[in-house]
Amino acid sequence: VSTAWAVVLACSAVVLASRALGPVLSGTADLPETAARVVALLAPALLAGLLATSVFTADGHVTAGAPAAGLAVAALLVWRRAPLLVVVASAALVTALLRQAGLS
Amino acid sequence: VSSDDDAGVGGAASPGRPVPTGFLAGCRDGAPLALVAAVVGTTFGIVATAAGMPVAAALLLSVLVYSAAVQFSVVAVLVAGGGLGAAVVATALVTARMLPMGLALGPSLHGGRLRRAVEGQALIDPAWVMAARPGGRFDREYLFGNAAVQWVGWVSGSVAGLAGLHVDVRALGLDALFPAFFLTLVCGEAPDRLRLAVGLGAAATALLLVPVAPVGVPVLAGGLVALVGLRAPGRPA
Repeated sequence: VSTAWAVVLACSAVVLASRALGPVLSGTADLPETAARVVALLAPALLAGLLATSVFTADGHVTAGAPAAGLAVAALLVWRRAPLLVVVASAALVTALLRQAGLS
Repeated sequence: VSSDDDAGVGGAASPGRPVPTGFLAGCRDGAPLALVAAVVGTTFGIVATAAGMPVAAALLLSVLVYSAAVQFSVVAVLVAGGGLGAAVVATALVTARMLPMGLALGPSLHGGRLRRAVEGQALIDPAWVMAARPGGRFDREYLFGNAAVQWVGWVSGSVAGLAGLHVDVRALGLDALFPAFFLTLVCGEAPDRLRLAVGLGAAATALLLVPVAPVGVPVLAGGLVALVGLRAPGRPA
């Protein structure tokens, strides 16, 4: 139990510091134009990385299972400009149905 | 002023519509995410309980950290019998991307260093993306509202999971919720070829590194693809 508490407190401190560090170091001046361009590209880059690693990996391996099919349906619906909740609910439904059918 | 500035980086607004501003708009746009966060938070509560984590410790983690990636990796380290060092390293890797994100956000926050450190606690991925505005600025109050509703959803879900509410996340396909939501953000985020190419490049980089790098590093390395912005001055958006 004490290990769990030590881990929780230490990791919380790391996260609090990680969130604080950028704003503390950045100062108040607006970003130069070049940096602003990088920031504008940082958002899609990080999101795409998060998206890809959450859907196409399992236990440290690259794979494509039921969630990948769910994501494909979501992509189709996004392209058809479906409402947000329809997109995410459809992705879950397709994933659930494919798991029911035996896909992982 | 490059035409990039007109396109903006905010994912919440479609082209031609006014950009939502302020705390309440942030809350409204964050509400669907809060639902997803509640579901995933419930899963965290279940997993933490199963791992034998003290309820108060798990709850503290949800209240202070509110990051699914960090909290699941902490539980994974504990389950694997890893020690304090392993947990801290895993957490530092997962949160490393918050440094560049925080550097970008910083100029839009208020006050001295201490206050900015506190305001920076609102930094979570979806809120940061949706609060981004043209020219590299961020809508501070929108960020707070957006992060706040997600925090409420995450903590509520954690409490429900720790209290014994059982949800079979895999059977219900609920692990597909966050990726689907991120997809809507990426598509709001990548309306032009440059952003689409950066997104695809980042995804490919991350996946290439997955088999060889520890958790957190692939996403961070994918983020480096954004540095192409250094050498695309005034490129049409």
